[in-house]
Amino acid sequence: MSDSVSLSGVGIGRGLALGPILRMPDPLPEPADVASTVGADAEKVRSAGALAATAADIRLRGQRAGGAAKDVLDAQAFMAEDPTLKDDVDARITSGKTAERAVYEAFAAFRDLLTSMGGYMGERATDLNDVSQRVVAHLQGVSAPGVPDPDYKFVLVARDLAPADTALLDLDKVLALITSDGGPTSHTAILAREKSIVAVVGATGALELTDDQTVIVDATTGAVTVDPTDEQKAAAEATIASRAAAADVPVGPGALADGTAVPLLANLGSVDGAEPAIEKGAEGVGLFRTEFLFLDADRAPTVAEQQEKYTQLLTAFAGKKVVVRALDAGADKPLSFLNDAPEENPALGLRGIRALRANEPILRDQLTALANADAATDADLWVMAPMVSTVEESRYFTKLAKELGIKTAGVMIEVPAAALLADRILPETDFASIGTNDLTQYTLAADRLLGSVASFQDPWHPAVLRLVGEVGRAGASLGKPVGICGEAAADPLLAVVLVGLGATSLSMSPAALADVRAELARFSLDQAKEFAELALSANSAVEARVAVVNAANAFTTSISTITESE
Amino acid sequence: MPDRSVVIASANGLHARPASLFVQAVAASGLAVELTRGDKTLNASSILGLISLGLQHGDEVTLHAEGDNADAVLDDLAGFLGTDHDA
Repeated sequence: MSDSVSLSGVGIGRGLALGPILRMPDPLPEPADVASTVGADAEKVRSAGALAATAADIRLRGQRAGGAAKDVLDAQAFMAEDPTLKDDVDARITSGKTAERAVYEAFAAFRDLLTSMGGYMGERATDLNDVSQRVVAHLQGVSAPGVPDPDYKFVLVARDLAPADTALLDLDKVLALITSDGGPTSHTAILAREKSIVAVVGATGALELTDDQTVIVDATTGAVTVDPTDEQKAAAEATIASRAAAADVPVGPGALADGTAVPLLANLGSVDGAEPAIEKGAEGVGLFRTEFLFLDADRAPTVAEQQEKYTQLLTAFAGKKVVVRALDAGADKPLSFLNDAPEENPALGLRGIRALRANEPILRDQLTALANADAATDADLWVMAPMVSTVEESRYFTKLAKELGIKTAGVMIEVPAAALLADRILPETDFASIGTNDLTQYTLAADRLLGSVASFQDPWHPAVLRLVGEVGRAGASLGKPVGICGEAAADPLLAVVLVGLGATSLSMSPAALADVRAELARFSLDQAKEFAELALSANSAVEARVAVVNAANAFTTSISTITESE
Repeated sequence: MPDRSVVIASANGLHARPASLFVQAVAASGLAVELTRGDKTLNASSILGLISLGLQHGDEVTLHAEGDNADAVLDDLAGFLGTDHDA
């Protein structure tokens, strides 16, 4: 049909975007340790100039950013101007190094010193790496690493984004993200989903895209159309406009076509997200990730500090259900004060409830702060433990939570062991919430951060669905609620399947609520159960999806055949 | 030879943000200021030196400077370190 090239990856959400590409520069390679060809004096002039220019550039960025970012960037500017560091660089140049190599080594020496101090100081090591890369980039006359910041809107292309990069994205300028690495449940994908950024991850060939090529990014299909034709551009613009209009229609509670209520809740990582979630029709919060309150901290926040945040959240959702997850550190989001020990396989390490148990005072403080906030507000607070893998852990958490004043305590089912024993775990606790991202990771033995195994990271896999069904069945027979708070709930058709498997509520990033609400309204509970059976009987995620899509389409076609009498 | 002894007041010690403000104040003074803790003395305008000392709440340091206005400068800088910037 057209001359345009198309790349494909995994789309996050259902958004569509059109715009020019900007590449995120790759990290610079370590400068080679070769002899200087220009002599020490000239190298010293070069390094001094690059350090000063980098400091000035960082300071300017800080002034533009303002707020907390300005403080961080000012500190980085002083690092580039540091007289002790400059002395170190000059000494290395005197011994025969190039300016690039001397800067690299001097920063590395300070970085190693800070890393060896551990904790908070160790975390500043990342800042040093960033400054070091910027100075070396300046010396080599190449673009500095980091998210580009032009004065126009663009589609960001990167190998992958660090959480810090994603957090600092200017959402008024970034139209979409395309990454070559990373799976659909990587930290980056989750943040992109939470911020409603159109994203396609794991797109092979993305790194061959060049700045100022134009692309259409379609998260629904995971397709990236490169250099689209005028017709393709016009069609994309029309779709973007009509979706923007559709997003403004009134919202209501989630329900199936036969009236079965399926409460639709929001996954949130910060109190700021409450207002927009309610506007999109969230009936409450199904997963409040408390670790984002702790991420920049070098120590656990006090009871009073936490209580203030929780009170704000619960106040925003007065009269509604709010499910808070106790601190879940580890794997992709380490917290130095919870688990500082290096681990070969962090996903299989001391994380979730295990890390909390090893640091019970931190857990006690958090539960106390939550109970206090609950007492002071009108929301319906539920609290759950992350990554529970045994009946005994469920008993431990529930007992401790109740003792500290939590009214409703539950566990997250993210490990196959917990799903398989759901009929024994649920009697020990008030509810279960299935985290489909981790459950998929552990069931398929596929690291959710690793692009090379991203194809395994698919919650449509019948093995994952069978485990969900175990929990759903146990919940139904014991009369206990079973929620889904993984990203699987944000996939509209999969959401219907999950309800068919026994999920009683669905929680997702607010951006996905409208699509899921619309899809649920198309089918009855019996149909949802049929779809669930179809998916369970498939041999693979792809087969399961195709089978259910076909069944759903057949239903839609029969309806439209009647109404349009085609 | 003006000196000032001062106890770090910030609840979380002299981490990046207060260290950066302190370095800024030292630079603005126009004097060469030294900071000593135990047997280590460093240029007080080195943020990396300050951070790598790992100064915690309650640690005692000595500031030293010479030149015009040294007393006034040291009073200001000691006042900075003696204030809790995490409060």
